[in-house]
Amino acid sequence: MEILNEIKFSLPSHSVNESTARAVVSSFLVQADPTVEELSDIRTAVSEAVTNAIVHGYRGSFGKVDISVKLLAGREIYIRIKDCGCGIPDVKKAMEPLYTTAPEEERSGLGFSVMESFMDKLTVRSVTGKGTTVTMRKRLKVHGR
Amino acid sequence: MALDITSENGAAIAHISGEIDHHTARALRTDLDRFIIAMQPDILAIDLSGITFMDSSGIGLIMGRCKLMKECGGRIEIRSPQPYIRRVLRLSGIERLVRIT
Repeated sequence: MEILNEIKFSLPSHSVNESTARAVVSSFLVQADPTVEELSDIRTAVSEAVTNAIVHGYRGSFGKVDISVKLLAGREIYIRIKDCGCGIPDVKKAMEPLYTTAPEEERSGLGFSVMESFMDKLTVRSVTGKGTTVTMRKRLKVHGR
Repeated sequence: MALDITSENGAAIAHISGEIDHHTARALRTDLDRFIIAMQPDILAIDLSGITFMDSSGIGLIMGRCKLMKECGGRIEIRSPQPYIRRVLRLSGIERLVRIT
């Protein structure tokens, strides 16, 4: 995959940084001239993944959330969001719609469903006790100026 | 994020503006619950016209208030979500439980 541009950054797992992550990713992707809808989709998917890292990965503790965004040839966006938290024991179960391990925080259990719906491809890799890596891809439409 | 609550024809209307995510939902939850418990309105309409971003944390927020309103003998309505917010709402299936106008 030919990388045209990329950005990597890390944020402490404070919930206020959910909006920071969205803002940085949005700013970086403006150069690819996405539609408003595409940018909304990507912002939402990033927000879900970062929130999962903060709420579930680092539940009751703090750590770093690593975010990598690549702009690839063919108007494809690659995003990787990684935490070194507790990991997900059963990824398949966690990806079921409405499944949540934090009902007390009113988590709707829709985070992965939103990521799947708003992006073209979603991959979740997790090791219990070591952390979770979420990878998402989305190809932007070619549109006239 | 800002919350203003007004009254219109017997319904309470919660005008929320700004972004709803996991971080901002906490304060909204506290403020809305305080109002619902104190005032016990028959209808609480959540006006989303001023929302510029909402992820699934917003769904959790609405579902939680829906449950509390039901316990208090009332119901929730959602008003004026922008098209993008409507997509998030549709994905959750919340339209089956809450009237959206």
